[in-house]
Amino acid sequence: MAEKKTIFQEFSKGLLKENPVLRLVLGTCPTLATTTSLESAIGMGLSAAIVLVCSNIVISALRKVIPSKVRIPCYIVVIAGFVTIVQMLVKAYLPALNDMLGVYLPLIVVNCIILGRAEAFAGKNSVIRSAADGLGMGIGFTCALIIMGGIRELLGAGKLLGFQVLPETIPPMTIFVLAPGGFFVFGIVMACANRLAEKKGKPKAELHSCCSCPMAASCSLKDSDDKCENEKKEAAE
Amino acid sequence: MKIYLSIILTAILTNNYILSKFLGICPFLGVSKKLNTAVGMSLAVIFVMVISSAVTYPLNTFLDNHGLGYLQTIVFILVIAALVQLIEITLKKYIPSLYKALGIYLPLITTNCAVLGVTILNITEGYTFLEGLVNSFGSGVGFLVAMVMFAGVREKLETADIPKFLQGLPITLVAASLTSLSFLGFSGLVEGIFA
Repeated sequence: MAEKKTIFQEFSKGLLKENPVLRLVLGTCPTLATTTSLESAIGMGLSAAIVLVCSNIVISALRKVIPSKVRIPCYIVVIAGFVTIVQMLVKAYLPALNDMLGVYLPLIVVNCIILGRAEAFAGKNSVIRSAADGLGMGIGFTCALIIMGGIRELLGAGKLLGFQVLPETIPPMTIFVLAPGGFFVFGIVMACANRLAEKKGKPKAELHSCCSCPMAASCSLKDSDDKCENEKKEAAE
Repeated sequence: MKIYLSIILTAILTNNYILSKFLGICPFLGVSKKLNTAVGMSLAVIFVMVISSAVTYPLNTFLDNHGLGYLQTIVFILVIAALVQLIEITLKKYIPSLYKALGIYLPLITTNCAVLGVTILNITEGYTFLEGLVNSFGSGVGFLVAMVMFAGVREKLETADIPKFLQGLPITLVAASLTSLSFLGFSGLVEGIFA
Protein backbone atom coordinates (compact mmCIF):
# COMPACT_ATOMS: atom_id res chain seq x y z
CA MET A 1 0.00 0.00 0.00
CA ALA A 2 1.76 3.07 -1.27
CA GLU A 3 -0.81 5.67 -0.33
CA LYS A 4 -2.70 5.68 2.90
CA LYS A 5 -6.34 5.10 2.32
CA THR A 6 -8.98 7.07 4.14
CA ILE A 7 -11.02 5.24 6.70
CA PHE A 8 -14.02 5.29 4.40
CA GLN A 9 -11.96 3.67 1.66
CA GLU A 10 -10.91 0.92 4.07
CA PHE A 11 -14.57 0.34 4.75
CA SER A 12 -15.81 0.47 1.18
CA LYS A 13 -13.16 -1.74 -0.40
CA GLY A 14 -14.69 -4.81 1.22
CA LEU A 15 -18.04 -4.19 -0.43
CA LEU A 16 -17.06 -4.48 -4.08
CA LYS A 17 -13.42 -4.10 -4.97
CA GLU A 18 -12.15 -6.70 -2.53
CA ASN A 19 -15.36 -8.51 -1.76
CA PRO A 20 -14.17 -11.46 0.31
CA VAL A 21 -16.35 -14.03 -1.41
CA LEU A 22 -16.59 -12.83 -4.98
CA ARG A 23 -13.15 -11.30 -5.43
CA LEU A 24 -10.84 -12.96 -2.90
CA VAL A 25 -12.67 -16.32 -2.93
CA LEU A 26 -12.50 -16.76 0.82
CA GLY A 27 -15.04 -18.35 3.11
CA THR A 28 -16.46 -20.58 0.42
CA CYS A 29 -17.73 -23.22 2.84
CA PRO A 30 -20.35 -21.06 4.60
CA THR A 31 -21.15 -19.38 1.30
CA LEU A 32 -22.25 -22.69 -0.12
CA ALA A 33 -23.60 -24.34 2.99
CA THR A 34 -25.75 -21.67 4.61
CA THR A 35 -27.35 -20.12 1.55
CA THR A 36 -30.16 -22.63 1.19
CA SER A 37 -32.51 -19.88 2.33
CA LEU A 38 -32.25 -16.12 2.50
CA GLU A 39 -32.87 -16.15 6.23
CA SER A 40 -29.99 -18.44 7.12
CA ALA A 41 -27.76 -16.56 4.68
CA ILE A 42 -28.46 -13.27 6.47
CA GLY A 43 -28.00 -14.93 9.85
CA MET A 44 -24.66 -16.42 8.85
CA GLY A 45 -23.46 -13.19 7.23
CA LEU A 46 -24.29 -11.06 10.23
CA SER A 47 -22.84 -13.51 12.77
CA ALA A 48 -19.59 -13.66 10.81
CA ALA A 49 -19.58 -9.87 10.42
CA ILE A 50 -19.96 -9.34 14.16
CA VAL A 51 -17.12 -11.75 14.89
CA LEU A 52 -15.01 -10.13 12.19
CA VAL A 53 -15.44 -6.59 13.51
CA CYS A 54 -14.85 -7.56 17.14
CA SER A 55 -11.85 -9.74 16.45
CA ASN A 56 -10.33 -7.14 14.15
CA ILE A 57 -10.66 -4.51 16.88
CA VAL A 58 -9.16 -6.70 19.60
CA ILE A 59 -6.36 -8.10 17.47
CA SER A 60 -5.40 -4.69 16.22
CA ALA A 61 -5.42 -3.33 19.79
CA LEU A 62 -3.13 -6.19 20.85
CA ARG A 63 -0.92 -6.13 17.77
CA LYS A 64 2.07 -4.70 19.63
CA VAL A 65 1.74 -7.16 22.51
CA ILE A 66 1.41 -10.37 20.51
CA PRO A 67 4.81 -11.85 19.60
CA SER A 68 4.87 -12.47 15.87
CA LYS A 69 5.93 -16.10 16.22
CA VAL A 70 2.80 -17.17 18.03
CA ARG A 71 0.44 -14.71 16.42
CA ILE A 72 -1.71 -17.26 14.58
CA PRO A 73 -2.67 -19.21 17.73
CA CYS A 74 -3.34 -15.90 19.49
CA TYR A 75 -5.60 -14.77 16.67
CA ILE A 76 -7.42 -18.09 16.76
CA VAL A 77 -8.07 -17.76 20.51
CA VAL A 78 -9.47 -14.25 20.10
CA ILE A 79 -11.66 -15.31 17.19
CA ALA A 80 -12.84 -18.46 18.97
CA GLY A 81 -13.76 -16.36 21.99
CA PHE A 82 -15.99 -14.09 19.95
CA VAL A 83 -17.49 -17.02 18.07
CA THR A 84 -18.43 -18.59 21.39
CA ILE A 85 -20.11 -15.36 22.48
CA VAL A 86 -22.07 -15.11 19.23
CA GLN A 87 -22.96 -18.79 19.48
CA MET A 88 -24.35 -18.37 22.99
CA LEU A 89 -26.31 -15.26 22.01
CA VAL A 90 -27.82 -16.94 18.96
CA LYS A 91 -28.68 -20.03 20.99
CA ALA A 92 -30.40 -17.94 23.63
CA TYR A 93 -32.29 -15.43 21.50
CA LEU A 94 -32.61 -16.94 18.02
CA PRO A 95 -32.95 -20.69 18.58
CA ALA A 96 -34.52 -21.19 15.14
CA LEU A 97 -31.47 -19.67 13.46
CA ASN A 98 -29.23 -21.80 15.64
CA ASP A 99 -30.94 -24.95 14.37
CA MET A 100 -30.66 -23.72 10.80
CA LEU A 101 -26.95 -22.93 10.95
CA GLY A 102 -26.09 -25.96 13.06
CA VAL A 103 -22.43 -26.86 12.94
CA TYR A 104 -21.61 -23.92 10.67
CA LEU A 105 -22.02 -21.49 13.55
CA PRO A 106 -19.03 -22.76 15.56
CA LEU A 107 -17.22 -23.22 12.26
CA ILE A 108 -17.00 -19.44 11.87
CA VAL A 109 -13.75 -19.94 13.81
CA VAL A 110 -12.10 -21.47 10.78
CA ASN A 111 -13.67 -19.09 8.29
CA CYS A 112 -10.65 -17.95 6.32
CA ILE A 113 -12.04 -14.44 5.90
CA ILE A 114 -11.70 -13.72 9.59
CA LEU A 115 -8.26 -15.20 10.14
CA GLY A 116 -7.21 -13.78 6.79
CA ARG A 117 -8.19 -10.24 7.75
CA ALA A 118 -6.52 -10.62 11.12
CA GLU A 119 -3.30 -11.69 9.47
CA ALA A 120 -3.40 -9.37 6.48
CA PHE A 121 -4.86 -6.26 8.03
CA ALA A 122 -5.67 -6.07 11.72
CA GLY A 123 -2.22 -7.24 12.77
CA LYS A 124 -0.65 -4.26 11.04
CA ASN A 125 -3.13 -1.40 11.24
CA SER A 126 -4.67 0.89 13.83
CA VAL A 127 -7.84 0.01 15.72
CA ILE A 128 -10.14 2.37 13.84
CA ARG A 129 -8.86 1.29 10.45
CA SER A 130 -9.21 -2.36 11.40
CA ALA A 131 -12.75 -1.81 12.61
CA ALA A 132 -13.64 -0.11 9.32
CA ASP A 133 -11.97 -2.89 7.37
CA GLY A 134 -13.81 -5.56 9.38
CA LEU A 135 -17.15 -3.82 8.97
CA GLY A 136 -16.69 -3.45 5.22
CA MET A 137 -15.55 -7.03 4.77
CA GLY A 138 -18.36 -8.29 6.99
CA ILE A 139 -21.00 -6.40 5.05
CA GLY A 140 -19.43 -7.50 1.76
CA PHE A 141 -19.60 -11.11 2.95
CA THR A 142 -23.22 -10.68 4.03
CA CYS A 143 -24.14 -9.13 0.66
CA ALA A 144 -22.57 -12.00 -1.25
CA LEU A 145 -24.46 -14.48 0.94
CA ILE A 146 -27.71 -12.56 0.44
CA ILE A 147 -27.29 -12.71 -3.35
CA MET A 148 -26.61 -16.45 -3.21
CA GLY A 149 -29.34 -17.16 -0.66
CA GLY A 150 -31.89 -15.04 -2.53
CA ILE A 151 -31.28 -16.78 -5.85
CA ARG A 152 -31.32 -20.24 -4.32
CA GLU A 153 -34.44 -19.74 -2.21
CA LEU A 154 -36.30 -18.05 -5.05
CA LEU A 155 -35.51 -20.76 -7.59
CA GLY A 156 -35.45 -23.69 -5.22
CA ALA A 157 -38.55 -22.98 -3.15
CA GLY A 158 -40.26 -20.09 -4.96
CA LYS A 159 -40.08 -18.08 -1.76
CA LEU A 160 -38.11 -15.22 -0.26
CA LEU A 161 -37.67 -15.09 3.51
CA GLY A 162 -40.42 -17.69 3.73
CA PHE A 163 -42.99 -15.68 1.74
CA GLN A 164 -44.30 -17.10 -1.50
CA VAL A 165 -42.96 -14.93 -4.33
CA LEU A 166 -43.26 -17.00 -7.46
CA PRO A 167 -46.84 -18.09 -8.26
CA GLU A 168 -47.51 -21.53 -6.86
CA THR A 169 -48.40 -22.84 -10.29
CA ILE A 170 -44.67 -22.79 -11.13
CA PRO A 171 -43.16 -25.85 -9.52
CA PRO A 172 -40.00 -24.91 -7.58
CA MET A 173 -36.71 -26.43 -8.71
CA THR A 174 -35.66 -28.16 -5.53
CA ILE A 175 -32.22 -28.92 -6.95
CA PHE A 176 -31.20 -25.30 -6.26
CA VAL A 177 -31.65 -25.80 -2.53
CA LEU A 178 -29.66 -29.04 -2.63
CA ALA A 179 -25.88 -29.25 -2.75
CA PRO A 180 -25.36 -29.25 -6.54
CA GLY A 181 -27.46 -26.10 -6.85
CA GLY A 182 -25.15 -24.39 -4.37
CA PHE A 183 -22.07 -25.03 -6.47
CA PHE A 184 -23.92 -24.12 -9.64
CA VAL A 185 -25.33 -20.80 -8.40
CA PHE A 186 -21.94 -19.90 -6.94
CA GLY A 187 -20.32 -20.63 -10.29
CA ILE A 188 -22.77 -18.44 -12.17
CA VAL A 189 -22.60 -15.61 -9.63
CA MET A 190 -18.82 -15.83 -9.88
CA ALA A 191 -18.98 -15.62 -13.66
CA CYS A 192 -21.11 -12.47 -13.39
CA ALA A 193 -18.72 -10.96 -10.85
CA ASN A 194 -15.80 -11.73 -13.15
CA ARG A 195 -17.60 -10.09 -16.04
CA LEU A 196 -18.22 -6.95 -14.00
CA ALA A 197 -14.61 -6.92 -12.88
CA GLU A 198 -13.43 -7.36 -16.43
CA LYS A 199 -15.49 -4.39 -17.58
CA LYS A 200 -13.67 -2.28 -15.04
CA GLY A 201 -10.35 -3.66 -16.17
CA LYS A 202 -9.70 -5.68 -13.03
CA PRO A 203 -8.30 -9.20 -13.11
CA LYS A 204 -10.59 -12.16 -12.66
CA ALA A 205 -11.05 -13.70 -9.26
CA GLU A 206 -8.31 -16.27 -8.73
CA LEU A 207 -9.08 -19.72 -7.54
CA HIS A 208 -6.17 -20.23 -5.27
CA SER A 209 -5.31 -16.83 -3.97
CA CYS A 210 -2.57 -17.79 -1.57
CA CYS A 211 -1.80 -14.15 -0.91
CA SER A 212 -4.99 -13.73 1.06
CA CYS A 213 -4.72 -17.09 2.77
CA PRO A 214 -3.73 -16.81 6.43
CA MET A 215 -1.62 -19.93 6.23
CA ALA A 216 0.40 -18.73 3.25
CA ALA A 217 3.45 -18.04 5.37
CA SER A 218 3.71 -21.58 6.69
CA CYS A 219 2.39 -23.32 3.59
CA SER A 220 4.74 -24.83 1.10
CA LEU A 221 2.38 -25.73 -1.71
CA LYS A 222 4.45 -23.68 -4.02
CA ASP A 223 3.28 -25.13 -7.32
CA SER A 224 0.17 -23.03 -7.47
CA ASP A 225 1.33 -19.78 -5.99
CA ASP A 226 4.37 -18.59 -7.84
CA LYS A 227 2.49 -15.43 -8.60
CA CYS A 228 1.90 -14.91 -4.93
CA GLU A 229 5.62 -15.18 -4.21
CA ASN A 230 6.28 -12.46 -6.74
CA GLU A 231 3.61 -10.26 -5.26
CA LYS A 232 5.07 -10.77 -1.81
CA LYS A 233 8.50 -9.82 -3.07
CA GLU A 234 7.11 -6.71 -4.66
CA ALA A 235 5.39 -5.82 -1.42
CA ALA A 236 8.63 -6.27 0.48
CA GLU A 237 10.62 -4.06 -1.83
CA MET B 1 -20.53 -54.22 13.19
CA LYS B 2 -23.51 -53.27 11.06
CA ILE B 3 -23.71 -49.83 12.56
CA TYR B 4 -20.07 -49.07 11.82
CA LEU B 5 -20.47 -50.12 8.22
CA SER B 6 -23.55 -47.97 7.91
CA ILE B 7 -21.71 -44.99 9.42
CA ILE B 8 -18.81 -45.40 7.02
CA LEU B 9 -21.00 -45.73 3.95
CA THR B 10 -23.13 -42.76 4.99
CA ALA B 11 -20.03 -40.63 5.50
CA ILE B 12 -18.52 -41.56 2.16
CA LEU B 13 -21.53 -41.65 -0.13
CA THR B 14 -24.67 -39.95 1.13
CA ASN B 15 -23.27 -37.35 3.49
CA ASN B 16 -20.01 -36.71 1.70
CA TYR B 17 -18.25 -33.92 3.56
CA ILE B 18 -17.33 -31.93 0.49
CA LEU B 19 -20.13 -32.63 -1.90
CA SER B 20 -23.12 -32.51 0.37
CA LYS B 21 -22.01 -30.84 3.61
CA PHE B 22 -19.72 -28.24 2.06
CA LEU B 23 -16.94 -28.72 4.58
CA GLY B 24 -13.39 -28.36 3.35
CA ILE B 25 -14.22 -26.52 0.15
CA CYS B 26 -11.00 -24.47 0.19
CA PRO B 27 -8.66 -27.46 -0.26
CA PHE B 28 -11.22 -29.05 -2.57
CA LEU B 29 -11.00 -26.15 -4.98
CA GLY B 30 -7.41 -25.22 -4.28
CA VAL B 31 -5.47 -28.46 -4.17
CA SER B 32 -7.41 -30.62 -6.59
CA LYS B 33 -5.56 -29.49 -9.69
CA LYS B 34 -3.19 -32.43 -9.67
CA LEU B 35 -3.97 -35.96 -8.68
CA ASN B 36 -0.95 -36.55 -6.47
CA THR B 37 -1.42 -33.37 -4.42
CA ALA B 38 -5.10 -34.22 -4.07
CA VAL B 39 -4.25 -37.66 -2.70
CA GLY B 40 -1.53 -36.33 -0.38
CA MET B 41 -3.80 -33.67 1.04
CA SER B 42 -6.64 -36.14 1.57
CA LEU B 43 -4.42 -38.67 3.31
CA ALA B 44 -3.22 -35.95 5.65
CA VAL B 45 -6.84 -34.98 6.29
CA ILE B 46 -7.83 -38.57 7.14
CA PHE B 47 -4.87 -38.85 9.49
CA VAL B 48 -5.58 -35.60 11.32
CA MET B 49 -9.33 -36.18 11.42
CA VAL B 50 -9.03 -39.54 13.15
CA ILE B 51 -6.40 -38.40 15.64
CA SER B 52 -8.17 -35.19 16.50
CA SER B 53 -11.50 -36.90 17.09
CA ALA B 54 -9.74 -39.41 19.31
CA VAL B 55 -8.36 -36.54 21.37
CA THR B 56 -11.34 -34.18 21.39
CA TYR B 57 -13.96 -36.76 22.29
CA PRO B 58 -12.67 -37.48 25.83
CA LEU B 59 -11.92 -33.79 26.25
CA ASN B 60 -15.53 -32.96 25.52
CA THR B 61 -16.70 -35.44 28.15
CA PHE B 62 -14.33 -33.81 30.61
CA LEU B 63 -15.65 -30.33 29.76
CA ASP B 64 -19.26 -31.45 30.07
CA ASN B 65 -18.64 -33.09 33.43
CA HIS B 66 -17.27 -29.84 34.78
CA GLY B 67 -20.04 -27.67 33.33
CA LEU B 68 -17.68 -26.08 30.84
CA GLY B 69 -19.51 -27.17 27.71
CA TYR B 70 -19.51 -23.63 26.35
CA LEU B 71 -15.72 -23.77 25.95
CA GLN B 72 -16.08 -26.50 23.32
CA THR B 73 -15.27 -24.38 20.27
CA ILE B 74 -12.22 -22.69 21.79
CA VAL B 75 -10.80 -25.89 23.25
CA PHE B 76 -11.36 -27.91 20.10
CA ILE B 77 -9.70 -25.49 17.72
CA LEU B 78 -6.74 -25.00 20.03
CA VAL B 79 -6.30 -28.71 20.58
CA ILE B 80 -6.47 -29.36 16.85
CA ALA B 81 -3.97 -26.60 16.12
CA ALA B 82 -1.55 -27.88 18.76
CA LEU B 83 -2.06 -31.46 17.65
CA VAL B 84 -1.30 -30.70 14.02
CA GLN B 85 1.85 -28.92 15.07
CA LEU B 86 2.82 -31.87 17.26
CA ILE B 87 2.18 -34.36 14.49
CA GLU B 88 4.29 -32.29 12.15
CA ILE B 89 7.23 -32.19 14.55
CA THR B 90 6.98 -35.88 15.40
CA LEU B 91 6.78 -36.94 11.79
CA LYS B 92 9.72 -34.74 10.85
CA LYS B 93 11.85 -36.31 13.54
CA TYR B 94 10.85 -39.96 13.45
CA ILE B 95 9.21 -40.77 10.11
CA PRO B 96 10.82 -38.44 7.60
CA SER B 97 9.46 -40.35 4.62
CA LEU B 98 5.89 -39.85 5.76
CA TYR B 99 6.68 -36.24 6.57
CA LYS B 100 7.87 -35.72 3.03
CA ALA B 101 4.63 -37.07 1.68
CA LEU B 102 2.15 -35.40 4.04
CA GLY B 103 4.09 -32.73 5.91
CA ILE B 104 3.52 -29.87 3.53
CA TYR B 105 -0.23 -30.24 3.84
CA LEU B 106 -0.32 -30.26 7.62
CA PRO B 107 -0.18 -26.51 8.33
CA LEU B 108 -3.05 -26.01 5.89
CA ILE B 109 -5.19 -28.48 7.77
CA THR B 110 -5.23 -26.55 11.04
CA THR B 111 -7.81 -24.16 9.70
CA ASN B 112 -9.65 -26.70 7.61
CA CYS B 113 -13.31 -26.66 8.51
CA ALA B 114 -13.68 -30.36 7.74
CA VAL B 115 -11.47 -31.29 10.70
CA LEU B 116 -13.17 -29.03 13.24
CA GLY B 117 -16.49 -29.95 11.66
CA VAL B 118 -16.06 -33.67 12.12
CA THR B 119 -15.05 -33.34 15.78
CA ILE B 120 -18.07 -31.17 16.55
CA LEU B 121 -20.47 -33.31 14.52
CA ASN B 122 -19.27 -36.47 16.29
CA ILE B 123 -20.57 -34.92 19.47
CA THR B 124 -23.77 -33.32 18.21
CA GLU B 125 -24.73 -36.54 16.45
CA GLY B 126 -24.39 -38.35 19.76
CA TYR B 127 -21.88 -40.94 18.57
CA THR B 128 -20.00 -43.12 21.02
CA PHE B 129 -16.20 -42.90 21.04
CA LEU B 130 -15.73 -45.77 18.63
CA GLU B 131 -18.56 -44.65 16.34
CA GLY B 132 -16.99 -41.22 16.30
CA LEU B 133 -13.65 -42.61 15.22
CA VAL B 134 -15.29 -44.67 12.50
CA ASN B 135 -17.24 -41.61 11.35
CA SER B 136 -14.06 -39.54 11.20
CA PHE B 137 -12.31 -42.19 9.18
CA GLY B 138 -15.27 -42.52 6.84
CA SER B 139 -15.54 -38.77 6.40
CA GLY B 140 -11.85 -38.62 5.61
CA VAL B 141 -12.20 -41.35 3.02
CA GLY B 142 -15.19 -39.51 1.59
CA PHE B 143 -12.98 -36.44 1.34
CA LEU B 144 -10.39 -38.52 -0.51
CA VAL B 145 -12.96 -39.93 -2.91
CA ALA B 146 -14.35 -36.51 -3.74
CA MET B 147 -10.88 -35.00 -4.18
CA VAL B 148 -9.67 -37.79 -6.45
CA MET B 149 -12.82 -37.75 -8.55
CA PHE B 150 -12.68 -34.03 -8.91
CA ALA B 151 -8.98 -34.00 -9.74
CA GLY B 152 -9.84 -36.29 -12.65
CA VAL B 153 -12.60 -33.96 -13.77
CA ARG B 154 -10.32 -30.97 -13.61
CA GLU B 155 -7.62 -32.59 -15.67
CA LYS B 156 -10.22 -32.96 -18.41
CA LEU B 157 -11.22 -29.34 -17.95
CA GLU B 158 -7.69 -28.20 -18.79
CA THR B 159 -8.08 -29.22 -22.39
CA ALA B 160 -11.79 -28.56 -22.80
CA ASP B 161 -13.12 -25.74 -24.90
CA ILE B 162 -14.87 -23.61 -22.31
CA PRO B 163 -17.10 -20.61 -23.04
CA LYS B 164 -15.18 -17.45 -22.21
CA PHE B 165 -17.44 -16.24 -19.45
CA LEU B 166 -17.09 -19.50 -17.55
CA GLN B 167 -13.32 -19.83 -17.76
CA GLY B 168 -11.37 -20.19 -14.55
CA LEU B 169 -13.19 -20.45 -11.27
CA PRO B 170 -16.81 -20.52 -12.55
CA ILE B 171 -16.34 -23.65 -14.66
CA THR B 172 -14.63 -25.34 -11.74
CA LEU B 173 -17.67 -24.65 -9.59
CA VAL B 174 -20.09 -25.83 -12.25
CA ALA B 175 -18.03 -29.00 -12.61
CA ALA B 176 -18.17 -29.43 -8.84
CA SER B 177 -21.92 -29.02 -9.06
CA LEU B 178 -22.16 -31.89 -11.54
CA THR B 179 -19.85 -34.07 -9.43
CA SER B 180 -22.04 -33.37 -6.45
CA LEU B 181 -25.13 -34.14 -8.53
CA SER B 182 -23.78 -37.62 -9.17
CA PHE B 183 -23.50 -38.17 -5.42
CA LEU B 184 -27.16 -37.21 -4.97
CA GLY B 185 -27.92 -40.51 -6.62
CA PHE B 186 -26.67 -42.29 -3.52
CA SER B 187 -29.27 -40.75 -1.22
CA GLY B 188 -31.33 -43.41 0.43
CA LEU B 189 -28.81 -46.06 -0.53
CA VAL B 190 -27.48 -46.73 2.96
CA GLU B 191 -30.94 -46.87 4.49
CA GLY B 192 -31.89 -49.28 1.72
CA ILE B 193 -29.01 -51.61 2.47
CA PHE B 194 -29.43 -51.68 6.23
CA ALA B 195 -33.20 -51.50 6.42
